[in-house]
Amino acid sequence: MIELVGVLAIPVIGAVVLAVLGARSHAPAVNVVASGLTFVAAMALTVRVIAEGPILVLDRQFFVDPFNVFLVALTAFVGFTTAIFSRPYMRIEEERGKLTRPKLRLYHSMYQLFLFTMLLALLTNNMGILWVAMEAATLTTVLLVSLYRTPASLEAAWKYFILCGVGIAQALFGTILLYFAAERVLGAGGGALLWTELNAVKAQLEPTVLSLAFVFLLVGYGTKTGLVPLHNWLPDAHAEGPTPVSAVLSGLLLNVALYAVVRSKVLVEGAVHTSFARELMMGFGLLSVVIAAFLLSRQKDLKRLFAYSSIEHMGIVTFAFGMGGPIANFAGLLHMTVHSLTKSAIFYAVGHATQKTETQLIEGIRGLVTRSPMMGWGLMLGTLAILGLPPFGVFASEFLILITAMREQPWATPFLLTALGVAFAAVVSRVQPMVFGETTAKRLPHRPAMIPVYAHLAIVLMLGLWIPPYLADWYRQAARLIG
Amino acid sequence: MSGVPFYAQIINLMAALLLLLAFAMLAQRRVLSLIDLFALQGLALAISTAVVAWGTHQPHLYGSTALTLLLKVIVLPWILHRLIRRLDVRWDVEGLINIPITMLIGIVLVVFSFNLAVPISQLASTVTRSTLGIAMACVMLSFLMMITRRKAIPQVIGFLSMENGLFFAATSATYGMPMVVELGIALDVLVGMLILGVFFFQIREQFDSLDLKHLEKLKEHQ
Repeated sequence: MIELVGVLAIPVIGAVVLAVLGARSHAPAVNVVASGLTFVAAMALTVRVIAEGPILVLDRQFFVDPFNVFLVALTAFVGFTTAIFSRPYMRIEEERGKLTRPKLRLYHSMYQLFLFTMLLALLTNNMGILWVAMEAATLTTVLLVSLYRTPASLEAAWKYFILCGVGIAQALFGTILLYFAAERVLGAGGGALLWTELNAVKAQLEPTVLSLAFVFLLVGYGTKTGLVPLHNWLPDAHAEGPTPVSAVLSGLLLNVALYAVVRSKVLVEGAVHTSFARELMMGFGLLSVVIAAFLLSRQKDLKRLFAYSSIEHMGIVTFAFGMGGPIANFAGLLHMTVHSLTKSAIFYAVGHATQKTETQLIEGIRGLVTRSPMMGWGLMLGTLAILGLPPFGVFASEFLILITAMREQPWATPFLLTALGVAFAAVVSRVQPMVFGETTAKRLPHRPAMIPVYAHLAIVLMLGLWIPPYLADWYRQAARLIG
Repeated sequence: MSGVPFYAQIINLMAALLLLLAFAMLAQRRVLSLIDLFALQGLALAISTAVVAWGTHQPHLYGSTALTLLLKVIVLPWILHRLIRRLDVRWDVEGLINIPITMLIGIVLVVFSFNLAVPISQLASTVTRSTLGIAMACVMLSFLMMITRRKAIPQVIGFLSMENGLFFAATSATYGMPMVVELGIALDVLVGMLILGVFFFQIREQFDSLDLKHLEKLKEHQ
């Protein structure tokens, strides 16, 4: 209870404090401290849930089970490390005159609020509040995407706002339909949107309405997950915003949006006794993997390249959850974790690399290893990890997903293998010359934050070699819940 | 009167008005009139919510009525009017497709939404179930408006009117969402509007115009 309040209250207090502190030079440190405290509270909550099982508190409005608690821990962790990375990154941006103090005040305050919306979306038991939190997540980040006020960043932010706004409006319609179906079973009032209540009576919910609701929910939250063909906002928002924002969008927002899809899927599966929801998710997932993999080879901008890679990986996870079953769900959860960690590590390295060479164009970035071996190797190892090379964790999850696909959905295997191969070729051929060869890198005025990069990569490496028993147990419990 | 209670007839009337206003917005060229139409649509929504509340004895819907009245009839149109005055953009709205064709597409969309709503309406136990198709049609028409308009403000009005359609769907099919959810949605809409206000100034500062053709530089494979 106290842990849960802490997880939600610390970011809000942090946002207020940072809005008041504003332009002081220690604001970035306060941001780190607030994110760190949130992480501590999240760990306490995790320990509690593992020890005592799922908890349902505050008039049934908040619900924590193994499925969302691992995402809460992950979200708080990546939020914390990104805050550490953002400190030197934003200082360099400020010294180069790209950002002013008032903009940094907005940035820090909104960063904390964004973390709050993510954690609220994960912890709430109310499907309506989940919607509200997802919409609020867009609102808090839209001004961050346009932080540099360049024409391209304004365009990216506008696209982000309108496309995600329209998408999320579809999800609201889906939520209304869900409520409509639930009200007939549970009666009017607050109870009919609570996930735990819905889950208890899911077999009695009207299948036609729930199928229609799921289509709207999948399209709505799928837009935020970046599933093809609803992905248009994602590469622009990732490329034009400041790099810490790209890291949290890729590492957190996409996961949480997918979490909303999976929560809806559990309800629909229970009501509709066909494989309708599964097929829809597999279809969207596979389409995203294939299209994103082929678009990777056409990218000239480094951050866009990795944004497309995020679409590809979200497609893989959606496909895994679409297949369902204990192994695919386990792999999907593991993939969510390792993708989130690896991709944010890559964005940290990419962020400093673009500062070193003062360009985001792949052609302009050369020979990072010569000037700073830590950064160059960080980017290279991150890239190899995200492409699914053993012994990193991404290999383990992709391998599990592939073997499940071969057994249960053999038709999909050639598409998956081709896409993974194409993505590998496209990304390696671009990243390799950036890391090795003649250098274009310059010195940075501050020490870059390399610790978060290697901390993330170390965890990903560990997950590839050995998943701690309690974590594996935790994934298994969550996988059972998803069904 | 075929046994339809009086309040249900008023709701049907309001539903028809809502649809009519959605079409009027689709056809409206002037941005100021567009805002007035949006405010009227909000009013129709508020009246229909109040009538549902009165006719079916759902007191919590009065709260929702007050919220709609405050937000969609007073605050948002006021913000939009102020924005337009401050930005000094009273020009006519240029559509991508001419208006008669847009209207024809709109009619097709209405037929489509009615068909989509039939299976759900049959399940609804509420007296207002026949209006679900109209609510869906309003959402579709607003969507069409967003697609066919080039300028930023009409797009946003389309977005807000889509929210109206969704709220109407919520009241007509289910007697409204739980209050905490409605409050949350209202907060999101309001904050969204304020952020957009800031955003319009940023766009204007950068491009000297609110025409979205300037915002088409980022292409898929650049």
